[in-house]
Amino acid sequence: MLPPAKRATLIPNEWSVGKREAMTTSHSAEAPPEGPLQEHFDATIARDQRVEPRDWMPEGYRRTLIRQIAQHAHSEIIGMQPEGEWITKAPSLRRKAILFAKVQDEAGHGLYLYSAAETLGADRADLTERLIEGRQKYSSIFNYPTLSFADVGVIGWFVDGAAICNQVPLCRSSYGPYARAMVRICKEESFHQRQGYELLMTMMRGTGAQREMVQDAVDRWWWPSLMMFGPPDDASPNSAQSMAWKIKRHSNDELRRRFVDMTVPQAEKLGVTLPDPELRWNAERGHHDFGTPDWDELTRVIKGDGPCNARRAERRRTAHEEGAWVREAATAHAARQAARARKETVA
Amino acid sequence: MSPQQQEWPLYEVFVRGKRGLNHVHVGSLHAADDRMALTHARDLYTRRNEGVSIWVVRSAHIAASTRDEKDPFFAPSADKVYRHPTFYDIPDDVPHI
Repeated sequence: MLPPAKRATLIPNEWSVGKREAMTTSHSAEAPPEGPLQEHFDATIARDQRVEPRDWMPEGYRRTLIRQIAQHAHSEIIGMQPEGEWITKAPSLRRKAILFAKVQDEAGHGLYLYSAAETLGADRADLTERLIEGRQKYSSIFNYPTLSFADVGVIGWFVDGAAICNQVPLCRSSYGPYARAMVRICKEESFHQRQGYELLMTMMRGTGAQREMVQDAVDRWWWPSLMMFGPPDDASPNSAQSMAWKIKRHSNDELRRRFVDMTVPQAEKLGVTLPDPELRWNAERGHHDFGTPDWDELTRVIKGDGPCNARRAERRRTAHEEGAWVREAATAHAARQAARARKETVA
Repeated sequence: MSPQQQEWPLYEVFVRGKRGLNHVHVGSLHAADDRMALTHARDLYTRRNEGVSIWVVRSAHIAASTRDEKDPFFAPSADKVYRHPTFYDIPDDVPHI
């Protein structure tokens, strides 16, 4: 993160649109009186209105959003890898085309989110660097390997299903650009989940070996998928503030429970078993009871000790470095075109 | 990271969803020049028939009102109630007005 003063002059985006004008006003020239601004911000949140890029906002709100949106964007970008590995190995042209479109969507989601983070004054190149250097996190789920083609289906069903649970409420997040990016993303996630489930249905209608592949993938991805919702509420220190700011609308445990309730009947229809002996319907509560994920494992994976952490980061670094000449060539081409255009205007 | 990283400028993207509608702001992207900004915008914001026309403009080229939307800048529009049709009392039995 650049210090605020530097951000204001360096980054042209929705946040700084018209900045030259704004710079001449008292807003950015000196520290604003925070009392009335804070009240105005609080009132906006209380009325359930959206906070927009160039509004005054508490520094903590801005920092929390940048961290959350950046992590979210990084997850989409790293999320291209586990499934991307299967594009060349997909069993039919149909499956290849679908997977291609899905992985392209993940890239798109990452870009919508980076764009939203930039409206808060974050810098794109800086975010990329933070991801590559491991200074910012991405979702722990993408540090697990995709061992068979059934994993592609299970990722669509579980991982994108969990993402939908997480993301639908974020469409009402208090920060306008984030909420708008989520609306766009949620529309596309539904395709992701459905293609995964359909893939699994097809495999379940196949041979015994194929059904075993599906069950094996389900067994490996179930617990990591539950961990996607984050630590339990009593161990999630930032949640309360995020909910007060209406960045987040539901707690981790609430969303996790919703995902389990949603997924159990889908597993029954598919004919697979979810690997949790404690999983059962609780008629009294109107929800499923289920076991506790291995939180130590989540901590280990987040700290960098998952099965694929190093590989994912390395792949991202290589892609970035190998793409450098393309970025440079495009910059040079643009400069030459601009110079030529100037010459023609003069002549 | 390359030492002298030259970042591509930021563009704001506006998409006309279909004929008869205005272009609407949908987000932003980085591109080396206008042409690349248009093709990137097509790939990023219209993968599912979301648009029939795209505008891109360098973010730095947009002039905007000051940042607080409650700014006195908009005050002159608030105190002219006579600009609204409901300001005028017309008897109920006058037709088509």
